[in-house]
Amino acid sequence: MSEQHILVVGATSAIAEAALRLWAARGCTLYLLARDEARVDAIAADLRVRGASAVHSGPLDVTDFAAHEHAIGLAWTTLGRVDAALVAHGTLPDQARCEADGNYALHEFAVNGTATIALAGLIVRKLEEQGHGTLAVISSVAGDRGRASNYLYGSAKAAVSTYLSGLRQRLHGRGVGVVTIKPGFVDTPMTAAFTKGPLWASPEHVARGIVRAIDRRRAVVYLPWFWRGIMAVIRCVPESVFQRIKL
Amino acid sequence: MNDALQSWGRYPRARQRVIRLRDRFAPLPALESHALPRGSGRSYGDVCLDDGGTLLDARGLDRFIAFDPATGVLRCEGGMLLGTILDFCVPRGWFLPVVPGTRFVTVGGAIANDVHGKNHHASGSFGCHVRAFELLRSDGHRFTCTDADNADWFAATLGGLGLTGLIIWAELQLRRVPGAWFDTETLRFDRLADFFELSAQSARDHEYTVAWVDCTARGAALGRGVFSRGNHAAPPAGADAPRPARLRMPFTPPFSLVNGASLRAFNTFHFHRAPKLVRRASRHYLPWLFPLDHIREWNRMYGPRGFLQYQCVLPPATAQDGVRELLERIAASGTGSFLAVLKQFGGMPSRGLLSFPRPGTTLALDFANQGQRTFELLDRLDDVVAGASGAVYPAKDARMSGERFRQYFPGWRQFEAFIDPAFSSGFWRRVSL
Repeated sequence: MSEQHILVVGATSAIAEAALRLWAARGCTLYLLARDEARVDAIAADLRVRGASAVHSGPLDVTDFAAHEHAIGLAWTTLGRVDAALVAHGTLPDQARCEADGNYALHEFAVNGTATIALAGLIVRKLEEQGHGTLAVISSVAGDRGRASNYLYGSAKAAVSTYLSGLRQRLHGRGVGVVTIKPGFVDTPMTAAFTKGPLWASPEHVARGIVRAIDRRRAVVYLPWFWRGIMAVIRCVPESVFQRIKL
Repeated sequence: MNDALQSWGRYPRARQRVIRLRDRFAPLPALESHALPRGSGRSYGDVCLDDGGTLLDARGLDRFIAFDPATGVLRCEGGMLLGTILDFCVPRGWFLPVVPGTRFVTVGGAIANDVHGKNHHASGSFGCHVRAFELLRSDGHRFTCTDADNADWFAATLGGLGLTGLIIWAELQLRRVPGAWFDTETLRFDRLADFFELSAQSARDHEYTVAWVDCTARGAALGRGVFSRGNHAAPPAGADAPRPARLRMPFTPPFSLVNGASLRAFNTFHFHRAPKLVRRASRHYLPWLFPLDHIREWNRMYGPRGFLQYQCVLPPATAQDGVRELLERIAASGTGSFLAVLKQFGGMPSRGLLSFPRPGTTLALDFANQGQRTFELLDRLDDVVAGASGAVYPAKDARMSGERFRQYFPGWRQFEAFIDPAFSSGFWRRVSL
C-alpha cells in the first residue's frame, strides 16, 4: 500500500516519533496529535524533510475527554481517510506516589488506561464507518501480570489489552484490524532513570516492529519478540508463588 | 543515571551523570556542578568526557529543520549524525562537503572539533561549510551565530570543543554530486619523499587524497605506503550499494590484539598487496570514505586498557623532516597502529579560534595503551611537533601538557573568554592548569 494516511496520538513519544520517521520515508501523509505544540511542530518539520507527502498536526491533551471527538474528527476531515492509526501516548507513574495519593493514581490510570480506551473506541467507530483501516495501540508487557513495582501502570495496560482483545474479536471479518503492541523495556525518556541491561530495546527497534505489525495486521505483538516467552513463563507462575517473588 | 560513558579510545575512564536532551526549545537542565555537551563520543581522549560532572547527551536532538533541494542548504539539530544526513542527501544528489573518517559523529561534534576529511586541500575543514548555528548558554541565553552576526562566538565555537555552549542546530551548505560513487586510484610508494611528490601531483586533479603508511618500516623503506585518491563520480553501470556493516568486535579481548608482531605482519602484507602502478576502481562512498565503520566497535581491539590516538600537523617548511623524525621514533618503538594515515592539508584557512587543520602535513595513528612506555613515546613525539611549530589534535588527545597545548593553539587566551561558566571537560581542566 503506497501513500498511506496515518494518524498518531501521542506523536512526541520516542517510539511514535521513530515510527513516524519510517512512515515519512515511505512518503505517507501524516496527522500528529500531541499536547506540546512546539515539539510537535519540530517533529512535523523533520518528517516533511524526510519525505512525508504532507504532515498535519493538532493539539490534544488525552485526559481532556471532551476534546477527543473534535480532535479525532478534525484529523479525519483533514486526512480524508485513515489507513492506520497508532495510539502511543503514555506516562510511567510513580508507584509509591500512587499508593499514597489516590487522586494521582486515578489521574495516571486515566492517562494510561481510560483515555487510551476512549480514543481506541472512537477511532474504531470511524474505521468501521470508513470500512477499512488498522488501529494499533501501544500497551505493555506490564499489563500481562501485576507486579509490586508498577501495578497501577500494569493494571491500566491490562485494561487496554483486554479491551483491544474484545474489540478485535467483535471486528473480525469486517475489514478493520486491531493490533495490540506489547513492548518490554524500551530505552526512552520515560525510562531515563532506569539502569539499562541486555533486555532493553531502542525506540527505533520497537518502531520497526510496530510498522511491520501494522503492515501485516498482526493481532498481538511482543517487542522485541522474546518477551512473548518471558511473559508466558511469568503468567504461568502460580499466584501463591508469585506473591513471594520480588519483581 | 550514573554511567561510565567512555570516549572512543576507552582511555581515560570517567564517571559522570548523563542527561539526555530531546527538546530543542527546552532550557538546559539544572546542573549540580560542571557539564559538557556530548554527541556520539567518537573523539578519542577526554575532550568528550567530564569526570565528576554531567554529560548533556545531545543525540536526541536529531531532527531535520529545513532542506532546500534547489540550493542544498540544510538545517538540522546538533545531535544528528552525519551518516543520517548522507543517507538522506546522497539519493537526492547532494553530499556533505567535508566528512571525517567515520559517519557516526554528530553535527555538533563535527563543529566543536572543526573536523577535516580527505579533501582538506580542496574544501578546507567542516567549519568552512557551516552557514549558521544556534548556541544555548547555561544562563538560558540563546543566539544565532554566523560569520557576520556574533562572528566572535562563531569563531570561538568552531573547534571550541563544546565549551562555549550547546549547539542546538546548524545550517550547512551541501554540495552537488553525481551519485554515491567515487572514481578512485590506488598505488604504492616506496619512501617518504614520494608521498610528498604524489600529494603535490594529485592535489590538482583529485579532490580526495590520503595515504596509509607502514609505521613499522625503517631505513630506506621509511615512510613507504599506499596512496589513494579519488573524485565524486556517477555510479558505474549495474552497481549496487554495499550492505551496511555487519561485522562487530563482539567483546573486549583481555589484551591488545595490536602488538609488535601483528603490526609488522599486517603492515608488510598490506604494503605488498597494494599495486605498484596505478589501479583504478569505482568505489561506493561508504567503504571508501569510512573503512573503519565497517567493523562496529573496532576500538575494543586494543583490549581493556584502551588506546591513545596521536594526530599532529606540521607546517610545510618543517613537514618532511618532521614527519621523517616522527616515523623513525615510532618505528623504533615497535608500537603503532594498523592504520597510520598521512595527508597533506591545503591552504584554505580554518575559521575557528582553536581549529586544528592548518596548511601542512598531518600524521595520525593509534597506540595501544601500554602505560608509561606509551606516554613517554608520545611526549617524545610532542617534542618533535613543537620543535617543528606544529600542533596536536585535541579531539584525538588524552595526555598533552597544558604547556604544549598553549604553544600549539595560541588562540587559547582569546578563546577562554567564550567558555560557558557551567561547562568544562577533562581535556580543558588538564590543559588549562
